[in-house]
Amino acid sequence: MTQPADAARPAAAAPPAAGTVPPAGTAPPAAGTAPPPAAAPSRFRATLESGAFTVTAEIGPPRGADAGAIERKVTLLRGWVTAVNITDNQGASVRLSSWAGSLAAQAAGVEPIMQLTCRDRNRIALQSELLGASAMGIPNVLVMTGDHPKFGDHASAKPVFDLDSVQLLWAARTMRDEGKLLSGRTLSPPPRWFLGSVENPSAPPAGFRAARLGKKIAAGAQFVQTQYVFDAEVFARWMAQVRDLGLHERCHILAGVGPISSLRALEHLEQRVPGVQVPAALSRRLRGVPEDRVADEGIAICAETIGQLRHVPGVAGVHVMAVGNEHRIPVILQRAGLPPALPEGIGGLAGSRAG
Amino acid sequence: MSVSSNGGGPATGPPRDAPPSPRPVTPRVSARSLYLLHHLMQPNAGYRRLAAWLEAVPWLRRLFTAAEKGVKQEIFGCRMCGQCSLPTTGYACPMTCPKQLRNGPCGGVGADGRCEVYPAMRCVWVVAFERAESQGRAGDLLRLQFPVDHRLSGQSSWIRYWQGRDEGLWTELDPPRPAGAGRA
Repeated sequence: MTQPADAARPAAAAPPAAGTVPPAGTAPPAAGTAPPPAAAPSRFRATLESGAFTVTAEIGPPRGADAGAIERKVTLLRGWVTAVNITDNQGASVRLSSWAGSLAAQAAGVEPIMQLTCRDRNRIALQSELLGASAMGIPNVLVMTGDHPKFGDHASAKPVFDLDSVQLLWAARTMRDEGKLLSGRTLSPPPRWFLGSVENPSAPPAGFRAARLGKKIAAGAQFVQTQYVFDAEVFARWMAQVRDLGLHERCHILAGVGPISSLRALEHLEQRVPGVQVPAALSRRLRGVPEDRVADEGIAICAETIGQLRHVPGVAGVHVMAVGNEHRIPVILQRAGLPPALPEGIGGLAGSRAG
Repeated sequence: MSVSSNGGGPATGPPRDAPPSPRPVTPRVSARSLYLLHHLMQPNAGYRRLAAWLEAVPWLRRLFTAAEKGVKQEIFGCRMCGQCSLPTTGYACPMTCPKQLRNGPCGGVGADGRCEVYPAMRCVWVVAFERAESQGRAGDLLRLQFPVDHRLSGQSSWIRYWQGRDEGLWTELDPPRPAGAGRA
């Protein structure tokens, strides 16, 4: 995927982070207690396992050496989402790194999901990055192939792709569960994180997409966030295949959604973002309102889509991608009937692990 | 990469000269023929002896490797990774994917099956799925293909295959899951 102007999703597959409907009984870690190294409990995982409809959202790190930009975005979402995805140079354009962004999000009070792509690092660097994430208490990682450099701001860069996303999932799971590197060398102690991946339900080959999720689950994916869903029917067909394979019982599935905030963003999605299809009816609806009302209409559509997706059996939650428009996420969630999990001011719950 | 100049190539068939970066190739020979041909190339005592001999004589090995490269480049756009996955990918070469994905398509495939990086080409994984499915072999695509060993680049994959060294490039059809993996 390519970098979006407005509503675009960062990496080829999956960004995310969402809020959640109050997961009753999810015990937050004691505030003020620093997470023990290499053993960060994932509140995101606990929320999913509680059966609560879980919301995550995507945060794009800044093009600049400013952790404050992450903190400001996270603050907008605190209480609304269970965790935030910190993208890894989304759209193949250079941004502040996802591990640094994840630490900044954690410090600002929301649990991070660190995205890691295969585009820029070989297997040595990828495994090193995964160890670092666990050691610094980042509780969730999401691995994906990543956008091709062609789509980014350094089209002349060498595309690495030493591993693909399935191989990286398998390598990560082996590191965690068997305490071994790809080389076979032993890790002491092994890393601990909740491991996720992405999938695009609407891209060809349609007959293989659900099975491909099964392949990722077999390789180690415990949760998956999907590419933008603009057509709930296409998504529901994919979910039916997923249920036939029993995959929703082996992996938490969060549907990707996002608001289209302008006609420019719409055109960008239609023409420039690989793998994303905007249905004609949706396009007509956005083009049918006065230009100054497009953003509102986009929010309304996104909230309606969430409403439809909540009723698809097997869907564990939604992942809201609104990079550059994070401030609209609370409105979307409010309209979709997903109010903040906690009253303002107690928003520290999600971040109490930040130490 | 000079994307624009590479992107306008022919929609099928391998390029005459190996391109500087991978781009998807639709094989020139039908999947059915290649699955049949595969039976003729199954390792046996004769092939093993041939492979051992080729390996022991450097100039013969180089000659054989060059011939293998010529044939496979013409048909598949082979890039000589040295660890051939063709029998499990519908005889479409995943190393011609611009991201060199060996475990299936990325999320950027166009609605009509175009490659996101080279829109004039069909995604090699869409091609692989169609070819494998047409021969009842779509299940092969579920095998986990292990990471490529870059030390083998440029070497003959057939010599390795006949000597049984290619075993372990991919998992069996139902990959075992270690205890503790996935959710309960």
